[in-house]
Amino acid sequence: MNYRSSVEILTEWDIVAARQLGRNEAKEVGFGTVDQARITTAISELARNIYLYAGKGKIEIERILEGGSFGIIIIASDEGPGIPDVRKVMEDGFSTSGGLGAGMPGVKRLMDDFKIETVIGEGTVIKATKWIR
Amino acid sequence: MNLRIPILKLKDCLIVSIQWELDDQTALQFQEDLLTKMHETSARGVVIDLTPIDFIDSFIAKVLGDVISMSGLMGAQVVITGIQPAVAITLIELGIRLENVMTALDLENGLEKLQRELED
Repeated sequence: MNYRSSVEILTEWDIVAARQLGRNEAKEVGFGTVDQARITTAISELARNIYLYAGKGKIEIERILEGGSFGIIIIASDEGPGIPDVRKVMEDGFSTSGGLGAGMPGVKRLMDDFKIETVIGEGTVIKATKWIR
Repeated sequence: MNLRIPILKLKDCLIVSIQWELDDQTALQFQEDLLTKMHETSARGVVIDLTPIDFIDSFIAKVLGDVISMSGLMGAQVVITGIQPAVAITLIELGIRLENVMTALDLENGLEKLQRELED
């Protein structure tokens, strides 16, 4: 198994802790400053979504090496209500929190790969990957 | 831990340098502190310098955008200075447009721009 670290998201302060962890990991893996900002921002958005919509959950950062390329995966998981219409949350400008959060399309643009698995009443797992170019 | 952001007065302007990563509470406290200070000092302009900030998420961007609109309601102009390249790139990719916001490369340019605006 690849090296993985995690932060539990229970309070607003954990959002700060999660993005600090992400920034440090991104730096250690060797990402440049712009990608570090992209990864930190993506984590902040995902962690805030957990805090706002699920109440609690987890952000995990996994270092990956595939075909000679290094990267990291952000795994945001919660046992919240799940997302009823995934297609809708992937539309720009859709938000149920009154303008808080740029939403999933923004996070997708910041990262190289983005996957959502969600089950109503059971929770959501989002995996977002970034490779070093 | 809830550090407040210092707000300095220079003539009829307020100067704010955000030196560390903002958490949600500090950002909201700043919004309130800035408007209160503006009211107390009758400041007509504000420069918010973000030089040390290496990322801005949608929440911080919203707080900044709101504080600019709120300042406008109170009759003061705001200039944002020192946005790093990485911050500009991620904000646009994220889909955040801080429209109708006065910006400048650094604090010095920001103050000059503000003075010109206030003289008009």
